[in-house]
Amino acid sequence: MVGIVSYGTYIPVYRISIAEIAGVWKKEPAEIRHSLGLTQKSVPGIDEDAATIAFEAAFRALECSQCKPQDIEVLFVGSESHPYAVNPTATIVGQFLGIGTAYMAADVEFACKAGTAAIQAIAGMVAAGHAQSGLAIGADTAQSKPHGVLEYASAAAGAAFIIGNDHLVARLKAETSFSSDTPDFWRRDGIRYPSHAGRFTGEPAYFTHVLGAARRMLDMADMKPGDFDYCVFHMPNGKFPRIVAKRLGFSEQQLALSLVVDHIGNPYSASSMLGLAAVLDHAKPNQRIFMVSYGSGAGSDACIWETTAELQKVQNKRRTAQYFVRQQIEKNVNIDYVQYLKQTHQI
Amino acid sequence: MKHQPTNMNVYVTGVATTKFGELWDVSPRQLARQAVQAAMKDAGVHPEHIKGLFVGNMLSGMLGGQEHLGAFFSEELELFVPASKIEGACASGGLAVHAAFNSIRSGQYDTVVVLGIEKMTDHRPEDVATALMGAGSEEERAAGATFPGLYAMLARAHMRAFGTTEEDMAAVAVKNHFHAGKNQNAQFQKEITIEQVMHSSRIADPLKLLDCSPISDGAAAVVLTSQKSKIKNQKFVEVAASAVATDTLGLAQRKSLTELSATKRAGEQAYTMAGVRPKDIHVAEVHDCFTIAEILALEDLQFAKKGKAAEAIRNGEVTLGRAKHIVINPSGGLKGCGHPVGATGVKQIAEITEQLRGTAGNRQVARARIGLAHNVGGSGATAVVHILKM
Repeated sequence: MVGIVSYGTYIPVYRISIAEIAGVWKKEPAEIRHSLGLTQKSVPGIDEDAATIAFEAAFRALECSQCKPQDIEVLFVGSESHPYAVNPTATIVGQFLGIGTAYMAADVEFACKAGTAAIQAIAGMVAAGHAQSGLAIGADTAQSKPHGVLEYASAAAGAAFIIGNDHLVARLKAETSFSSDTPDFWRRDGIRYPSHAGRFTGEPAYFTHVLGAARRMLDMADMKPGDFDYCVFHMPNGKFPRIVAKRLGFSEQQLALSLVVDHIGNPYSASSMLGLAAVLDHAKPNQRIFMVSYGSGAGSDACIWETTAELQKVQNKRRTAQYFVRQQIEKNVNIDYVQYLKQTHQI
Repeated sequence: MKHQPTNMNVYVTGVATTKFGELWDVSPRQLARQAVQAAMKDAGVHPEHIKGLFVGNMLSGMLGGQEHLGAFFSEELELFVPASKIEGACASGGLAVHAAFNSIRSGQYDTVVVLGIEKMTDHRPEDVATALMGAGSEEERAAGATFPGLYAMLARAHMRAFGTTEEDMAAVAVKNHFHAGKNQNAQFQKEITIEQVMHSSRIADPLKLLDCSPISDGAAAVVLTSQKSKIKNQKFVEVAASAVATDTLGLAQRKSLTELSATKRAGEQAYTMAGVRPKDIHVAEVHDCFTIAEILALEDLQFAKKGKAAEAIRNGEVTLGRAKHIVINPSGGLKGCGHPVGATGVKQIAEITEQLRGTAGNRQVARARIGLAHNVGGSGATAVVHILKM
């Protein structure tokens, strides 16, 4: 059986409130909060990028596991803000982790679902016997143009999952994907900020793909929403995951633990992976988690996870080290808009 | 050469409107086919009856890169008749009906199709806003103005002159959403409140989001004919008047900002041509691209005295089910039904025709015998008024 051996998360300490951004652009903060379902977002430090964030998350995953860096045979980093267009983030992270040289490295890009695509790819390699364990990382410092609607949600964070076949904290019971050529959000090489197709990002994009993957997954597993203890969905804003959970028949309670978006916004490739980590931080053994990511362009990956007794060991280490997603959310420093522009290298 | 009789009577014999809204999975070709085939079926005519195709459209070139629209749709509809695009900004649809009307009245053609069509939501809002400003003056474009800003100036002038309030303008949106709720083709089929309008985002003060008509996709088609005796259809509505007036492109050159002179002049011509008075009209579709525009239209078309339209709207005097003399925008107007700019003027004719036939369903205006359609281009540089009689 393939599954999660350990996991690590990293959320930059800085936050900017939606009210602060709205105030700069003379928008009504309450209206923005209501329409996007957001209150604040995380901001990278001035010396942080997708590579440093990926490293932080991966380091913590290794730290809380029984794995040595040299055990990692595959390292994929999913991001849409790789620091280099050509020059892999994965090898930078691998070098600093001390993995050595006997590993396969690659960067993955699929908007906000590159990280879950990495999980699926490594799970396939482990299941096929090509590797014993690998690191799947989702990390982003999401770009957004000042005064654009993305500015209210685009956040920074990373999540790393060691995928293997021994000492599993959660078994991957089933997975599937749903993909189509649906260009709802894009950024060409050399262009600083992404473009998006406004309301087209909703029904034909997010909802069609998340619901498509979710329903296929439930059918394949012959399960229904009531069979799960928790659910996790990609969180481009505070509204979409709540709507999609309701449409599928999941309850607010099943969804609640995963909603990191309420506190840090949308860290793109890390979003659903961070939601999964937030659930794993508090889940008990033998609980089932239903997860669906979403990447613009577009596609969704759906996974069914089942926790094991091993989870408590990782939870204890994470709690002691103050690595719980909740603990990282609570450790924060608020900044103003000018500081935000500086830290995101916009001035 | 056979000489045709002139000053033929013109009748609307077939109408159809597609769904208006964000139609991301429908192409312009599909929209056109859907609207025209339904209108021809409604009219009981076949392709061989059709002698001309008039296409009302504004943005196919700037947004879609497709000009030569007459032949484009002639091919799609397999009509292969004389076909042309008629452009007059947001009055393109009304102007296309006017051109078709003249073609029949002159005796050139006996039966024609008018297609109004626009595909807007596949494009970025900023691109659509830039393209729409093609309807403004060079000075307005150079100053960075957009239509919400221009109509906001008209609103401010009206507020200053007549004490019109933001709540008065909100009442237009509330009424038109109420009507749109009864129209299955409308983009917004839900009611809203004054409070929701007042608390919506400010777009160009004093206009807020819910004071503005949306960007939409949609098409409408009407079949016009002079052949009342040859077509086996009982559903003939006469086009009693078709009038157009133009004005300066830019607001700065206007004598007054509290009226649209083109609307007044086109309205007066239409009333004279049809031999009716404003108080004879039972139902009207007017150009409410912004809520202030409906207030201006009611005054300029003499449905209300100057400065009194807002009060009439607020008191429900032009609302379906409450009106005593006239219902304004039973389709939901541009605000509630949506505003695919080239389609709007044709949709207005389709709506008034349905109302006069008595086939408008649960938005039917009781005992409607005479109706008016009012379509505006830009900030009032073009106005088209049609009067229809049963």
